[in-house]
Amino acid sequence: MNDTRNNQRKQVILLASLAVGMLGFAYALVPLYEVFCEVTGLNGKNYGRAVDPAVAQVQAAPSNREVTIQFLAHVGNGMPWEFRPTEHQLKVRLGELKFTEYYARNRAAQTVTGQAVPSVSPGYAAKYLHKIECFCFSQQRLEAGADQRMALRFYVGDDLPAEVHTLSLSYTLFKVPAVQAASPGARLASNQQ
Amino acid sequence: MVAHAADAIPQRSRVWAYIARWLLTTNHKEIGTLYLWLSFTLFFIAGAMAMVIRLELFQPGIQFAEPLFYNQMVTMHGLIMVFGVVMPGFVGLANWQIPLMIGAPDMALPRLNNFSFWILPFAFTLLLSSLFMEGGAPNFGWTFYAPLSTTYGPPSTDFFIFGVHMMGISSVLGAINIIVTIFNLRTPGMTLMKMPLFVWTWLITAFLLIMVMPVLAGVVTMVLTDRHFGTSFFSAAGGGDPVMFQHIFWFFGHPEVYILILPGFGIASQIIPTFARKKLFGYHSMVYATAAIAFLSFIVWGHHMFATGMPLAAELFFMYATMLIAVPTGVKVFNWVATMWRGSMTFETPMLFAIGFVILFTIGGFSGLMLALVPADFQYQDTFFVVAHFHYVLYPGAIFGTMAATYYWLPKWTGHMYDERLGKIHFWTAVVAVNLTFFPMHFTGLAGMPRRIVDYSLQFADFNMVSSIGAGLLGLTQVLFLYIVIKTIRGGEKASTRVWEGAEGLEWTVPSPAPHHTFETPPQFPPIMQRDGR
Repeated sequence: MNDTRNNQRKQVILLASLAVGMLGFAYALVPLYEVFCEVTGLNGKNYGRAVDPAVAQVQAAPSNREVTIQFLAHVGNGMPWEFRPTEHQLKVRLGELKFTEYYARNRAAQTVTGQAVPSVSPGYAAKYLHKIECFCFSQQRLEAGADQRMALRFYVGDDLPAEVHTLSLSYTLFKVPAVQAASPGARLASNQQ
Repeated sequence: MVAHAADAIPQRSRVWAYIARWLLTTNHKEIGTLYLWLSFTLFFIAGAMAMVIRLELFQPGIQFAEPLFYNQMVTMHGLIMVFGVVMPGFVGLANWQIPLMIGAPDMALPRLNNFSFWILPFAFTLLLSSLFMEGGAPNFGWTFYAPLSTTYGPPSTDFFIFGVHMMGISSVLGAINIIVTIFNLRTPGMTLMKMPLFVWTWLITAFLLIMVMPVLAGVVTMVLTDRHFGTSFFSAAGGGDPVMFQHIFWFFGHPEVYILILPGFGIASQIIPTFARKKLFGYHSMVYATAAIAFLSFIVWGHHMFATGMPLAAELFFMYATMLIAVPTGVKVFNWVATMWRGSMTFETPMLFAIGFVILFTIGGFSGLMLALVPADFQYQDTFFVVAHFHYVLYPGAIFGTMAATYYWLPKWTGHMYDERLGKIHFWTAVVAVNLTFFPMHFTGLAGMPRRIVDYSLQFADFNMVSSIGAGLLGLTQVLFLYIVIKTIRGGEKASTRVWEGAEGLEWTVPSPAPHHTFETPPQFPPIMQRDGR
């Protein structure tokens, strides 16, 4: 009888820890999902965060192959900004450092904070687009009626697969709720370094 | 039944003693009864919501329900049927039957058992109370996709979240209890591979519950923190991803649908041999097939998301993995049919429901295979074809399974035979009504009628009217079922110990009604069956 008791206690503890472990697994799915998307290039998110300019200089040995980069802009629901690229299309040599700007104007009567989220198409080519400077790395804040030009500095890696001739870089600008604008969430901070 | 728990407390009044007895009971039979009545009560509440849905869809246009209210009805109907009817119904059957079938005196952890049950009424009160709140009940469908439940969820979403937390705790505790009972309290001689199949399917279901209910708890917690605490798990604005919600949800959601059907497989595997008067064909393959289905359920969640823009490789993987499930399921259907082959079959009500289960569940399985095909799913997804599919596997599957089990074991629980004539009427009207309700949905779905929308185009009017008439009939047959159950509890022909001529197993060696305490000493196994069955 005592043996059964011990057995039971052991099993209950094991099963309860399995349940707790699965709760942890649910949360572990969040970083796993990001890693999976990054490795496979799914989702077209440009996970290559800000590249150190010094490193970029070394790597950037311009080649003769040219690709076309198209710039797109969208605004998320309830975002009262005008938002557009200043240039819609650029020809870029692989490895060449390029600079372009996006334009944003706050049409609302109060200060609004925005966060741009990038997406690259085709998705698997996202990791070859290296950004040195991007307005998407931080939240943007505009007073009522104010406007600004926002910088984007990047180069395309020379290891870009041969079949890619055109890359589309799309930004969706979301309104950041007041709560999160005041103190950027932990995830945001860790993501956008 | 004897008021044992009541003896322990001072008898202030009869009412108190009665309440305390049910509130404090640790007896597996009483807790099983509580689970079954809770499930039955919620069945009528969620069924009433289905009636509102079908009444609104009786004709095109908006007649009875505002779109927002319609959405609330769809959401609450789904949530309560899944978490409040099918799951507690099966847990109730497990509580009653598992100790009786393995020769155990009770569940291994009786107090925990009491606690797991008594969480549930509070969870569902919390969930149902949201119907009366400002902004209404949750209206985003039972799948609560982000951002519908995060950015756009009504204030009552938080009540829904805590309700789900409580149901999750209850299910996990119940599952731990069932596993520990099965592992430790089997009578000597009953090895794992000699357990009745109902016990086997429940063992596997319990493992599924322990592995996926915490994932559901995790995802609702993420929704909660996204709503109120500034996290951005599912908000693209903060670096999150709404599609990730679907991945986590369906990682829970697909094993969940097998939680809703595996005990039903077990029930059919008990009933069919009894009334075919033959041993179950392919016992071992049944066990392995159940385990294979449970394993596969963890790697097919993507088939709910074919239209989210998955890469081709992932769509192919999920498609093939999903179609693979048809193999173990086919083994089961084959075994049931082979059990009936050349058996001396009789068609008492439990057998009728079990055969109805096998045939209609298989139809639902076939439409599932159609949905598993990626290119076809692009056409079918989010239409009434999907509604037809999952109602075919859930109503004639899970619900018919529970009803078959109720008719099968009711004489053992109450000591009385149910009214066979009324039982047969119940079955035949239910089987006609189920098909009348859900079969036309295949056609409207294939023709493009979207689900979860209050209104529809004129060309779907006739089929929808047929569905609504069927649904009304289906609702009425369940009132008949309630009457039959109450009538059986209150009286009727005395049931013998073995009840059914071909019944095998330990539960048929205790008197009918099963006394409050059974198997205080482990019984002999295999049992010697008396020849007193009908």
